[in-house]
Amino acid sequence: MLDQSITQLRAALRSREFSARELVQACLKEIEGRDPALNSLIGVAAEQALAAADAADAQLADGDAPDLCGIPLVHKDNFCTEGLATTCGSKMLADFVPAYSATVVERAAQAGAVTVGKANMDEFAMGSSSEHGHFGAVSNPWDTTRVPGGSSGGSAAAVAGGLVPLATGSDTGGSIRQPAAFCGITGIKPSYGRVSRYGLVAYASSLDQAGVLGRSAEDCAWLLQAISGFDPLDSTSIDRPMEDLVAGLDQDLTGLRVGIPKPYWEGIDDNVVASVSAQLEALLAQGATRVDVEMPNAALAVSTYYLIAQAECSSNLSRYDGVRFGYSCDAPKDLTDLYERSRAEGFGEETRRRILVGTFALSSGYYDAYYGKAMRARRLISDDFQAAFEQCDVLLSPTAPTTAFKLQEKETDPIAMYLADVNTVAVNLAGLPALSMPGPQVDGLPVGGQLIGPYFSESRLLAVAHQLQRGTDWHLARPQ
Amino acid sequence: MSRISLEDVRRTARLARLAVNEEDLNAYQAHFERLLAFVEDVTEAPIEDVKPLAHPLDMTQRLRPDAVTEADRREALQSSAPRAEDGYYLVPRVIE
Repeated sequence: MLDQSITQLRAALRSREFSARELVQACLKEIEGRDPALNSLIGVAAEQALAAADAADAQLADGDAPDLCGIPLVHKDNFCTEGLATTCGSKMLADFVPAYSATVVERAAQAGAVTVGKANMDEFAMGSSSEHGHFGAVSNPWDTTRVPGGSSGGSAAAVAGGLVPLATGSDTGGSIRQPAAFCGITGIKPSYGRVSRYGLVAYASSLDQAGVLGRSAEDCAWLLQAISGFDPLDSTSIDRPMEDLVAGLDQDLTGLRVGIPKPYWEGIDDNVVASVSAQLEALLAQGATRVDVEMPNAALAVSTYYLIAQAECSSNLSRYDGVRFGYSCDAPKDLTDLYERSRAEGFGEETRRRILVGTFALSSGYYDAYYGKAMRARRLISDDFQAAFEQCDVLLSPTAPTTAFKLQEKETDPIAMYLADVNTVAVNLAGLPALSMPGPQVDGLPVGGQLIGPYFSESRLLAVAHQLQRGTDWHLARPQ
Repeated sequence: MSRISLEDVRRTARLARLAVNEEDLNAYQAHFERLLAFVEDVTEAPIEDVKPLAHPLDMTQRLRPDAVTEADRREALQSSAPRAEDGYYLVPRVIE
């Protein structure tokens, strides 16, 4: 039953073909059997999940079931879950049990979804391989010697590995799209402000956005629809209703202009280019037209992104002081020692590195040269997209420059790791929606094609991916 | 000539309230050097005239009504504290 789409699962639950309890039990069994090899989950909430499934079954029996009633999912472990540990993949929060839930978690629950666990990730969502977490590296279900991508690598591996049909994720510079690409699933990062960040542990606040991962665009539409929309608890939330994403999947795309941003296709592995070209051909065969677009400032994106993200992270992570919550060092000799040692011992290596670089980039005498300059470059990058969308409706590019790399391949070289994000970071700088969808595989490994749209074009992006997936079978491949 | 001294790293670590061992200072200095060279495409770009973009949507902060919306949840929130007593957070003695 776990191989079914959300639309099929909804129908089966409603016709009582199987119960929500049976569905959740099936997930728990898969987790028990397969997750030891993947390490995709940090926590499993079996008891709570079964209780929630029973409540869902009661609603289903009454005939007043909400949209996702009884559908199991996992939340990335940077979404606060009341009463359920939320670690952010860090020793700093290893024992942190939130007193409240993130809006995303609340809304998924209101829609009837059942939380079965919390997904593993790079510590504080900083990474592109899901190797930088306190709870160990996550493996790619297609080849367990390879990374699943990151930072939402646990979410992607859990969905691709068939443990759960849906997962939430967060995307600051590609953290939903790149793992979706590496694991052969679909993942969407909505426009900045579309999904509430309330209760999402902050990394870089002007870039962070919550989104979803699933096995198809249609599956993603169901969950994204449930968690989107205005939230007064997030001061950057956009007060604009989300369209009916599921109804919008079949919208007419006649005359769709697909932009090809040249720099995004350069320096990319040939096999990846061939795979995403096949996606383009399929779109053209369905009646789309190709438009080549210039993105003159694309080369500035990675540097701009890492300067801004690290600056914002150094500010956001200053809240971990060893006093109010989180890890606290033993026997501090004074207050400064308490701060300095709690932070040094509680944060992992990559997190410490980013805090230090960010602190430097914001410090007196360097602010204008580093952070200030990056904010100027950010406008140029954003303007490139505005100009491109005057010529086309969506942009298509490879999501990542390669297929999934080997575990530990880039672990000792932070800058090589940063370059894995070369095609995804600009989207966050501009705040645009983008998704990754599977193309033909290369040597048994998945490849993702990235669709980028103008602000608030989630419905169209999902429709393009859905109609492509209706005519092809690349997204149906499953790991053995 | 290196542009980042060990003292720069030490000063930054102090600002970040992050304890750094003397033996790790060199590794951080090397990382700073590499990263600052890597981002030169931006830091050396002639873009002083471009207006900075701090927020993707160029929006202004929304205001909310000036009303109490948070309940008093001191007990629940303070239960996460490593050391608390009688409703207070405990820290090492600050005043002798």
